[in-house]
Amino acid sequence: MNPVIYDIPEFRLAGDRGLLVEFGNAISPEINQRVRAMTIALDKSFLPGVLEIVPTYRSVIVVYDPLMTNPSRLQPDLLALNAKLSQIEIPQPSEIVIPVCYGKEFGPDMEFVARHNNLRVEEVISLHSSQRYLIYMLGFSPGFPFLGGLPDKLHTPRLSTPRTLVPAGSVGIANNQTGIYPVASPGGWQLIGRSPVKLFDPENENPFLLKAGDYLRFEPVSEDEYNRLAGERRQ
Amino acid sequence: MTDIFKILEPGAYTTVQDEGRFGWQRFGVPPAGILDSFAGTVANMLVGNTVNSALLELTFTGPKLEVLSSADIAVTGALMPIFLNGISVPGWQTLRVFSGDILEIGTTKSGCRAYLAVSGGIDVPVVMNSRSCYVGAAIGGFKGRALQQNDVLKHGDGRRIEHIRKMPSRLIPSYTTEITLRAIPGPQDEFFDEGLAVFFGAEFKVSPKANRMGYRLQGPVISQIKGMPQSIISEPSLPGGVQIPQDGQPIVLLTEQTVGGYTKIATVISVDIPKIAQAMPGDTVRFVRTDIEAAHEACKVQKTLLETIMEEMTETGCVIRPYERRSIDWASEEIVSKLISSLNQI
Repeated sequence: MNPVIYDIPEFRLAGDRGLLVEFGNAISPEINQRVRAMTIALDKSFLPGVLEIVPTYRSVIVVYDPLMTNPSRLQPDLLALNAKLSQIEIPQPSEIVIPVCYGKEFGPDMEFVARHNNLRVEEVISLHSSQRYLIYMLGFSPGFPFLGGLPDKLHTPRLSTPRTLVPAGSVGIANNQTGIYPVASPGGWQLIGRSPVKLFDPENENPFLLKAGDYLRFEPVSEDEYNRLAGERRQ
Repeated sequence: MTDIFKILEPGAYTTVQDEGRFGWQRFGVPPAGILDSFAGTVANMLVGNTVNSALLELTFTGPKLEVLSSADIAVTGALMPIFLNGISVPGWQTLRVFSGDILEIGTTKSGCRAYLAVSGGIDVPVVMNSRSCYVGAAIGGFKGRALQQNDVLKHGDGRRIEHIRKMPSRLIPSYTTEITLRAIPGPQDEFFDEGLAVFFGAEFKVSPKANRMGYRLQGPVISQIKGMPQSIISEPSLPGGVQIPQDGQPIVLLTEQTVGGYTKIATVISVDIPKIAQAMPGDTVRFVRTDIEAAHEACKVQKTLLETIMEEMTETGCVIRPYERRSIDWASEEIVSKLISSLNQI
């Protein structure tokens, strides 16, 4: 599907407390840029009755207090903001480097991913760590990044039976997506490595290492380096 | 901050919850929070707390607790038998408890979740603006998990109320095994044509896969229009959203999911979420179509109802014996002396 940015965003009702605003029909950096701009605009505008704004790939949901406002009052304000989105200054994206120890006990599915794609393990590592991935959105679990840019040669189906527990820091592949688990959780992704970096720390003033709109790069590290970094983190 | 409860038996799944953790969904942190906000709000009102005070959410079978300091408590929600020092005591009203009391809450007779509020609120560390426990990421609540034996909970410095409060009995909800949920079509209702008729016409059963994240239902298959994509680009999830995965069996989302890629045929209105939160596996669910105007009207009615309850429970202000009189015959001397002292205090 060719990415299309809608001239006027599409509004959809998500129950009696949510108004969904869609900016386009696909996962694309241009459409996601609109989502980011609208989020910044909404964060600054403090519309009456708006409780929370949740941006995703190509849509933003506006959560509101139904005793204070409603979609027919919100829509004109949202359209006015949309008309001025080009004036919104989007901060320059940063690039976050995530060290990963690939394979071995950290990446129990590495052999499968290599075999599935007719590659050697070293080729999987080199392909996976040579990309710059756009963080489209966070979701699923605290700080979990939905990344764009996995090379076609690494696409691998999910596990037929999900694991009941995937350790925090695990790096995986599922179909055309790659990602990293910030917290231990059940999961069906093919695990190819693990990072010692903490992506979610509720005690921290800013609990999340990653932000939507930034770029992420994986950097291969040895097991010794992994252990050293993991040890530093504990101190 | 004083110790209030020692957990002797934790019950089936007991967590600390408040109204929820808002503002973090864009980072993948769901709101969590009290599932049956009506019963939870009334529980806090009965002990003189603000509505956002943390309380215990009990699931299916309640805990057995040792009381460690005097306080006012109230149990609302699902009909779970409540015993104070072995004596049956009523829910939906203030109960005064004292150090050494044993509070035991049994298995539900109707409904799924009960709420135990304590004056001053349960005091656990605030994590990202909320005390709500989200077990999925081990944050909030008591050490980020459901309660276990020997945990000791603290409560805040709440002032005890002067008159025992009682929920007007005509307003106590009854939890039936057949529930009707009002739902607004969308956000993806255009993916369905006959599917919408099935959704709003058929009966579904609550499956055993029902938790704070969502309730899976079983019933006739809800099919999408042929040729429509089987999933959507992942977008935010809100409580009440009804997802239709490939197998055509609906999932009613609750408070522990942030995003999803399944099409959502409809969204249960917010005042009806407590009904699904009180449903048990095997219960029957029907959906009826409503619109946003009616849903917002229902929100106003709910607000007025809570105001009425607050007025009536404080105005009546009647002195109610905290224990049933007939039970005193076989209560220990210690309990009787406490009873007398509590009556004096009231």
